[in-house]
Amino acid sequence: MDIAKKILKGIFNVILVIIFTLPFYWMFLTAFKTLGQTLKIPPDFYVLDPQWVNFKTVFEKVDIIGMTKNSIIVTGGILLCQAITVIPAAYAFARYKFVGSNFLFGLTLGTMMIPAQLIFLPVFLFLSEFGLINTYASLILPSASSAFAIFMLRQTFMQIPEELVEAARLDKTSELQIMWKIMLPIARPTVMTLGLLTFISTWNDYFWPFVLTTNDAVRTLPVGIAGLKSVDGAALPYQLMMAGNVILVIPVIIAFMLAQKQIISAFTYMGEK
Amino acid sequence: MPQLDQIEAMPEPMAEPLNIPKAKSKIKDKMLPYLMITPAMIIMAVFVIYPIFYMIYLSFFDWNMMSEMKYVGTRNYQRLIEDADFRQVIGNTFKYVGWTVALSVFFGLLSALYLKANTKINTFLQGAMFIPHVVSLVSISFIWMWLMEGQYGLLNYLLSVVGIDPIRWLEDPQIALNSIIIISVWKSIGYNTIIIISALHAVPEYLYQAASLDKASKITTFFKITLPMISPSLFFLVLMNLISAFKVFEPINIITKGGPMNSTNTLVHMIYEEGFQFYKIGYASSMGVVLMVILSICTLVYFKMLSKRVHYR
Repeated sequence: MDIAKKILKGIFNVILVIIFTLPFYWMFLTAFKTLGQTLKIPPDFYVLDPQWVNFKTVFEKVDIIGMTKNSIIVTGGILLCQAITVIPAAYAFARYKFVGSNFLFGLTLGTMMIPAQLIFLPVFLFLSEFGLINTYASLILPSASSAFAIFMLRQTFMQIPEELVEAARLDKTSELQIMWKIMLPIARPTVMTLGLLTFISTWNDYFWPFVLTTNDAVRTLPVGIAGLKSVDGAALPYQLMMAGNVILVIPVIIAFMLAQKQIISAFTYMGEK
Repeated sequence: MPQLDQIEAMPEPMAEPLNIPKAKSKIKDKMLPYLMITPAMIIMAVFVIYPIFYMIYLSFFDWNMMSEMKYVGTRNYQRLIEDADFRQVIGNTFKYVGWTVALSVFFGLLSALYLKANTKINTFLQGAMFIPHVVSLVSISFIWMWLMEGQYGLLNYLLSVVGIDPIRWLEDPQIALNSIIIISVWKSIGYNTIIIISALHAVPEYLYQAASLDKASKITTFFKITLPMISPSLFFLVLMNLISAFKVFEPINIITKGGPMNSTNTLVHMIYEEGFQFYKIGYASSMGVVLMVILSICTLVYFKMLSKRVHYR
């Protein structure tokens, strides 16, 4: 490769990095500025005296700790529920032929394409009839199963050779034990991937907790941070909004740096298969 | 996995299977798969299938959550056709979806071709491009709101450095929807890039060798070999992007609230407004039915593609 081409490539790479990381850098930087510095033109591209007080102010304005607790409960609840609903269903669809199995599996696939954004209104009305609005249950139950996860895990179970199961059956191992002791350990990488995916998307989710809550009692962190846009009827100054934003982003960015490969492959699982 | 080893060490199943399941346990065995799928099926029935029928049902009523429900036949749908705001929203939605999908797949393809070689620097760049995809839409919206701020935002400052007049990114009704499109494209390029790269890697090497033996130019090679080989993945990706673009809500709700002058209002956001702010449940439901029809069309095409993809394997 000649020099000119190498230099061009270098410039191009730098532009790419700037396009995709500068916005995040700007968020971190602003979070540590004073109000005066955020309104300065030309803006500073560095901060000499980081304003940690911005974070303190955000903690006073919104109940970050309570919201984080809610996020953990909702995310954990959804992960647990999905484990209970998805694993046996995926196993049954992979291993048994039963009356209606094709129809029910097709139906499951069909629901995969129905987003929350389509059905939130009737789901809200339905949950409110049972007085479940502003409870953890209302945030967990609509996501308590996942058609996508059932589909993916079924694929994995189907790839496990039949001889293994036959052998275990000869050994008089019960069906549930076969699932739990033989199939599940083999499918562990898929289960972990799906869990990671559910974890990140639930942690980040704004839509469900936003439309299914009417007060702060069970609201999760993304909704709480978005609320910084209208604290006491007015938007907070940008350095405070960005400080709140940093609190929301940091766990995800750290997780991404630690497990970049796994996270990318989890998110692109479907597209690549 | 110790169990696995033990099982593999066991003799092959006999040609004539032993009749192990006894008559008594047979009924139990038949019931077992149903028991296993029951929890998932209940959740699916209650939180996906029932709401769809409930929404269709509600779309024939006039209801504000307080008064009695009033059956109005197809009047909600007639109102949709006459509603200038709704027509504008449909226009906005299709403009948003069309441009977002076209641009993010196009730039995804460009950067995939640029980054496909397996080098350290490329892996790093792919990672950097992917971050927006794993970060909450709330964060993305906040960051871009600040970057696109009219007076003190970084974008207008950078434009002023190269001598371009400031742009009213989010305040000008002619521009605001384009700004939302830019944000969405920025968020989804990284994902598309990685999917396309894996498709590129799946193209058999001998095809390229044959092309280079024939002294085919790079452009010919791209259009005659690369593009046809990755087109199933591309179609698939376009459909995935379409479905996710039609359900756009967060950036609009957080950044513009559909304004200025309704110029960034899209279908899901309007359903939210009509239902949750104006309590027009029936009217909002009829819009939901329209969205469902659009998504169903996408989905049908998608499954046609999916079954085709399975055939390739």
